[in-house]
Amino acid sequence: MRLNLRIWRQDNAEDKGRLVAYRVDDADEDMSFLELMDVLNEKLILDGEEPVAFDHDCREGICGACSMVINGEPHGPQKATTTCQLHLRHFRDGETITVEPFRAAAFPVVKDLVVDRTSFDRIIAGGGYISAPTGAAPEAHAAPVPKRNADRAFTAAACIGCGACVAACPNGSASLFLGAKITHLGELPQGQPERSDRVIRMVKTHDAEGFGGCTNTGECAVACPKEIPLDVISQLNRDYLSATTHRR
Amino acid sequence: MSSKSGASYSDFITGSPLVDTAAPDGPIETRWERRRFGVKLVNPANKRKMKIIVVGTGLAGGSAAATLAELGYQVSSFCYQDSPRRAHSIAAQGGINAAKNYRGDGDSIYRLFYDTVKGGDFRSRESNVHRLAEISVQIIDQCVAQGVPFAREYGGLLDTRSFGGAQVSRTFYARGQTGQQLLLGAYQALERQIDAGGVTMYPRHEMLELIVVDGRARGIVARDLVTGETRSHLADAVVLASGGYGNVFYLSTNAKGCNVTASWRAHRKGALFANPCYTQIHPTCIPVSGDHQSKLTLMSESLRNDGRVWVPQKAGDTRAPGDIPDAERDYFLERQYPAFGNLVPRDIASRAAKNVCDAGRGVGPTGLGVYLDFADAISRLGRPAVAAKYGNLFQMYQRITGEDPYEVPMRIFPAVHYTMGGLWVDYDLQSTVPGLFVVGEANFSDHGANRLGASALMQGLADGYFVLPNTIGDYLARGVEPVATDAPEVREAEAAVAGRVEKLLSIDGDRTVDSFHRELGHLMWDHCGMERTAEGLRKALDRIPELRREFWQTVKVPGSAATLNQSLEKAGRVADFLELGELMCLDALHREESCGGHFRAESQTEDGEAARDDERFSYVAAWEYTGAAPVLHKEDLNFDYVTPSQRSYK
Repeated sequence: MRLNLRIWRQDNAEDKGRLVAYRVDDADEDMSFLELMDVLNEKLILDGEEPVAFDHDCREGICGACSMVINGEPHGPQKATTTCQLHLRHFRDGETITVEPFRAAAFPVVKDLVVDRTSFDRIIAGGGYISAPTGAAPEAHAAPVPKRNADRAFTAAACIGCGACVAACPNGSASLFLGAKITHLGELPQGQPERSDRVIRMVKTHDAEGFGGCTNTGECAVACPKEIPLDVISQLNRDYLSATTHRR
Repeated sequence: MSSKSGASYSDFITGSPLVDTAAPDGPIETRWERRRFGVKLVNPANKRKMKIIVVGTGLAGGSAAATLAELGYQVSSFCYQDSPRRAHSIAAQGGINAAKNYRGDGDSIYRLFYDTVKGGDFRSRESNVHRLAEISVQIIDQCVAQGVPFAREYGGLLDTRSFGGAQVSRTFYARGQTGQQLLLGAYQALERQIDAGGVTMYPRHEMLELIVVDGRARGIVARDLVTGETRSHLADAVVLASGGYGNVFYLSTNAKGCNVTASWRAHRKGALFANPCYTQIHPTCIPVSGDHQSKLTLMSESLRNDGRVWVPQKAGDTRAPGDIPDAERDYFLERQYPAFGNLVPRDIASRAAKNVCDAGRGVGPTGLGVYLDFADAISRLGRPAVAAKYGNLFQMYQRITGEDPYEVPMRIFPAVHYTMGGLWVDYDLQSTVPGLFVVGEANFSDHGANRLGASALMQGLADGYFVLPNTIGDYLARGVEPVATDAPEVREAEAAVAGRVEKLLSIDGDRTVDSFHRELGHLMWDHCGMERTAEGLRKALDRIPELRREFWQTVKVPGSAATLNQSLEKAGRVADFLELGELMCLDALHREESCGGHFRAESQTEDGEAARDDERFSYVAAWEYTGAAPVLHKEDLNFDYVTPSQRSYK
């Protein structure tokens, strides 16, 4: 199949950037979207042009590295799917596809489609963990976890940290990412001792990194490739309210 | 730089045997305890002054960096990804073994030890494997304490399942994303230490050279992948946790960025490379769909708990699977291996699948596939129960293939998955370069010639959380002199990196890096993959040096060194794969026995099973780099507890 691409090219964070048109004539419907980018890049290299830089690694939907906005949607049109798992069978022959980087104040562009998401790491460093030094752990069966809580913790823990929620949000908020971690650790007995401190510190880091506030538009949950439910944001708000009003 | 670009090792030299593995003797169940008591300790005040570099942030590297910082050392952690959370351990699906015996089904540390030694086809070290089995129990406790959301029963206790190669239920899991959850546990522990100031994190940095001063590992040269700046980082010890090298095959289940560079650069600086030809082929991977394919995707082996593997009885049967009646199907694993059925170990399942496809009974458009069928499980358990267990895997399969596995059987085929070879380490996980420690998949130890399912995660975390933090102190306590930032060895290492980068950019030929990588991958799969022959290996050994020469003359790497340049990154990695590939073939050629996932066609039993040759090959092959013919050092393997026998799963 033939596809027309309009791809964002930007040399570095200072460069203004622009959309450039390319065409791929020998695309195959079984290809993933990243394989389409590979095919384009091979062609660009042989033509003496610089290939399009984009982040990718596991190509099986779990590392969270791939990040591009395809036709206006982070990770493209397919529900619950990362870019690496998006296949061309979902596009029409001859279609024109626009490809841009994830855009948010807290995700500066590094080059082309590559953005800097280290702000996510700093949010985790700001309290997104349980302090359990190696070797100090009690027997695993010492604290049973009701299946319901374990399941909800897992559903929240499935976040891959890709940042699609931020790219989809009109405010550039990372509340879904933040709420997912708060919910994951807050559902478990092990997470209780640090629960209040965690939410206060993480929200503080989130705001300091330049992420915006949440206004409940829900775009984040629609864009999330792992279908993290919107209720993790309610959980975040509840935990934050409780921590700030009842903190001892 | 490209010193070896044209040279070829047509042969090798046998050197002195490796005798000292630092493993204690005596009763096996007390060896680790005695080793821990025997190590010298570092005074807490001194730990604060000591610096350790950890390269890689997967299960082994992330857990090691976090734990070393907790102990008080100053840690610098490096990864090529944009975040330590993206290390490829994250993609492991199935689970992690531990001898908890929560099911009361007869499991024990000794049984896990026994199964692992046997599963590794008697090419691993008993002392190491016993230690791994002992530590497995602590790993589960540690991960639960960190908040890893393992699957639970309704009563709130941990659930387990069984896995290939085992008849007890000892595998702990978090849906089909166990690796992700374990990695996030280690990553969060790492971020906690970053926040506390114990770890300095260098994301988007790639190690391109090891710095060795006075025979000891003293640092690395790393390139900042964003600015292109190369800089030396010095330390008292260096830990490599840089993963495996399955991407030498181009198509593999590894992440695209997984590479051998850190290990290979260390090998060139004196670290022996052990058993490079030992590659695990995983039986349950989605088949290749076309030439554009960039990687292979694994379906968790746990699917074989409920999925039945079959092909049509008749060769060339092109009917839809639903149109083939039961009597005309061959459930070949259940037929050939009635005791283990679909749960035979990976090497056995992979080879059986290859054999039926070679006989023309493979399915799917390429004929390279077998069915993994859930129809029976769905009618027995109901669709919701199957969905609860495997739903996300089914979804992933459907996304990639466009087929619904609830309606039609999945198609699977073996693929390169995990490398059991790696840098040689002693019992303390120290390589042959003092001060260079190697953990996780990057080292060779523990798995032998074949890895049982759910044992990789176990080894990564055992090494990182529990083994290395105990053993590295013994080295550091003996005292490490400071090294000057302008020492000649440091300058040389920096110059080597700069020269190599400059050379790659200056060739400006007419072939892309990927095209070389693909050609190397084909050679490796055809001749050093699931089945090897002396003739095929010789062919590969002829072609690889030529291919390497062509690479250094005709590769085209666009762009500059002073910016993010992904083509340049790939070029450096493929250059190293082109050297490693040759060593793998040489290692495979010299090992004239079938062993684990390494099947030598010349060495098989009458009924076509792998025939090991313990008389001649019960050793670890550790290769020394010389720049010309490599030197083979043998470490003899002794079995005092598990007597080597023909592995039978029938």
